[in-house]
Amino acid sequence: MKVALFIPCYVDQFYPNAAIATLQLLEKYGCDVSYPKNQTCCGQPMANSGFGHLTGGCNRNFVDNFKDFDYIVAPSGSCVLHIKDHLHDERFPAEAKKIRETTYELVTFLTDVLKVDNLKASFPHKVGIHQSCHGLRGLKLAQMSELTAPAFSKPVHLLNMVDDIEIIDLDRVDECCGFGGTFCVAEEAVSVKMGKDRVSDHVLHGAEYITGVDLSCLMHMEGLVKREKKVIKVIHIAEILNGGVQ
Amino acid sequence: MKVADHAERAKVFNEDEKRVDWHDETLWFVRHKRDLATHGIPEWEELREAGSQIKNHTLSNLNQYLQDFEKNALAKGTVIHWASDAKEHNEIVLELLKKHQITEMVKSKSMLTEECHLNPFLEANGIEVIDSDLGERIVQLAGEAPSHIVLPCIHKKKEEIGELFHIHLGTPKGNADPQLLTEAARQSLRNTFLTRRAALTGVNFAVAETGEFVVCTNEGNADMGAHLADIHIASMGIEKIIPQRKHLGVFLRLLTRSATGQPITTYSSHFAGPAAGKELHIILVDNGRTRQLARPDFRNSLKCIRCSACFNTCPVYRRSGGHSYDSVIAGPIGSILAPNWDMKKNADLPFASTLCGSCTNVCPVKIDIHEQLYKWRQVIVKEGFVDPKKAIAMQVMAKTLASPTLYRIAGKAARTTLKYAPFMVNNKFNAWYLQRDMPEVPKSSFGEWYSKNRTNND
Repeated sequence: MKVALFIPCYVDQFYPNAAIATLQLLEKYGCDVSYPKNQTCCGQPMANSGFGHLTGGCNRNFVDNFKDFDYIVAPSGSCVLHIKDHLHDERFPAEAKKIRETTYELVTFLTDVLKVDNLKASFPHKVGIHQSCHGLRGLKLAQMSELTAPAFSKPVHLLNMVDDIEIIDLDRVDECCGFGGTFCVAEEAVSVKMGKDRVSDHVLHGAEYITGVDLSCLMHMEGLVKREKKVIKVIHIAEILNGGVQ
Repeated sequence: MKVADHAERAKVFNEDEKRVDWHDETLWFVRHKRDLATHGIPEWEELREAGSQIKNHTLSNLNQYLQDFEKNALAKGTVIHWASDAKEHNEIVLELLKKHQITEMVKSKSMLTEECHLNPFLEANGIEVIDSDLGERIVQLAGEAPSHIVLPCIHKKKEEIGELFHIHLGTPKGNADPQLLTEAARQSLRNTFLTRRAALTGVNFAVAETGEFVVCTNEGNADMGAHLADIHIASMGIEKIIPQRKHLGVFLRLLTRSATGQPITTYSSHFAGPAAGKELHIILVDNGRTRQLARPDFRNSLKCIRCSACFNTCPVYRRSGGHSYDSVIAGPIGSILAPNWDMKKNADLPFASTLCGSCTNVCPVKIDIHEQLYKWRQVIVKEGFVDPKKAIAMQVMAKTLASPTLYRIAGKAARTTLKYAPFMVNNKFNAWYLQRDMPEVPKSSFGEWYSKNRTNND
């Protein structure tokens, strides 16, 4: 199974450990993983700001890098949702379609494609799960609190295989953290308040770590945590599933 | 050009963090009540689907249903008026009042009359209007606009209402007992109901097959006004039509569970023709609705039944307040309706969202609200209603991210700057840094790590 690793631009630059954990996890489960080195960004920052018409260059670069694989896997729900919803390329429409259909967020790839049923990992900490909106409501990683429908959660399914971990409950199970791409600077006041409130919910319930599938949300909350000198930490779910903090 | 106004007003709202917490928790409580009410209905998602399909069907056949409604309403003795815009609507109301030499009118909740700015128009023409919905009466006394379509004064604390009532209704100073204040409003409004010869109400649902319409209130104020007055004027947007009376079995179940978590509104009153010796007028208003109907990406915003579930669930609305939208209808639904009314003035609203999608999930008629917010952003940028500085920044970003070489240089530069010259980034010109630290700088990017640690690098 030829799997291409798609590492979002800000993960590449600021959170290489999450990317390394993603790579190692996929290798552990027997995937033939490559990292196409000329990848850059999915184009979402422009598109969500209303400049979707400027994403042609990113789209073409993405297709050039990723068109020759069985699957494309990324440690991000948001970037994957953007690719699945918006990637197009007038030069290679069939390849673009295939990419939209075979791009996976890491957790979904582990549960739905690799059907992982055991993990060799230990994480002896109290952990709160941040449900990033694009992963939750866009990719349906878990049941959404608004709907009248049976509960499920792919991240919890995997975290339950980790030894010694304690997953804490939250008052608001899937409220947005306020990152929102350029929203985090354009609407700074509301973005910060949303983030502070999310962090408080985790702190109130005794979490030592906040984990999730999207480092963008975690980066936003980490920024607030560090400024306020709180002890709680953030960690991408890949790092927990790959065995815990090295 | 106004561009970032919602952000600026939201920033002011956020200066009082305790008040933001109170506003957020009050509305989250309503969202929670909604969850309790909807999760108790096993067929809830099917009910939403039914509501959505009925509305889709109606919008696709709106011309026919409007004509059916007119014919059946006329047959019951109701007078039908058509208004293409707010101005025509307001003039029709004024003409009716003038014809009967009426200078005082009582009005129940109607977001359409807010949209048409009816009150200031009538007041400028010598007509006194008293809003009879308690929340609307409070904001009217305060000289403010409603901040929420179902809970118009949700931004006000009871102490502030006590002060307002002390000034206007003579309640004891410093008394904020809700029961006392409500009783004072009740006594004052009772006198209004008994003396007004004209009453205006909104319309929640208009049934094409019968020519009747339904008004939903919890206070009974629409009924009090309409039954005691000689003339009842009902203002409705043309999208309020539903084909058959039986469809109320879907919409009345959806509406208030979504709005406040109640099983049904206290009063769901059917009006079908005037009582003996009285007049019943219905004004059917377009005011941009047919324009919205012609936009394929946005037409289904017209399915809205004004329940406000999207307000209550919206994390941005709860933390920025209704007035930060500076729009008759605030919140997520207001942000997709307002650009149709005035794209330039409301260009900021589709950006007042993280696109979290919770609004779409609570919507009882399945409007794809967050997807329309995304689509409005594209339209607004293409129409040029965007900060030119932002447009240039986006072009630079797009060019950098489209080129692996430029991307690597920029990424390295960013990490180097953060590591060796953090003051270049960590300053007051960086909105990220005002209240958040930047991420710690790693030794290398993942790309650099991979080149050193894996050989199968293509």
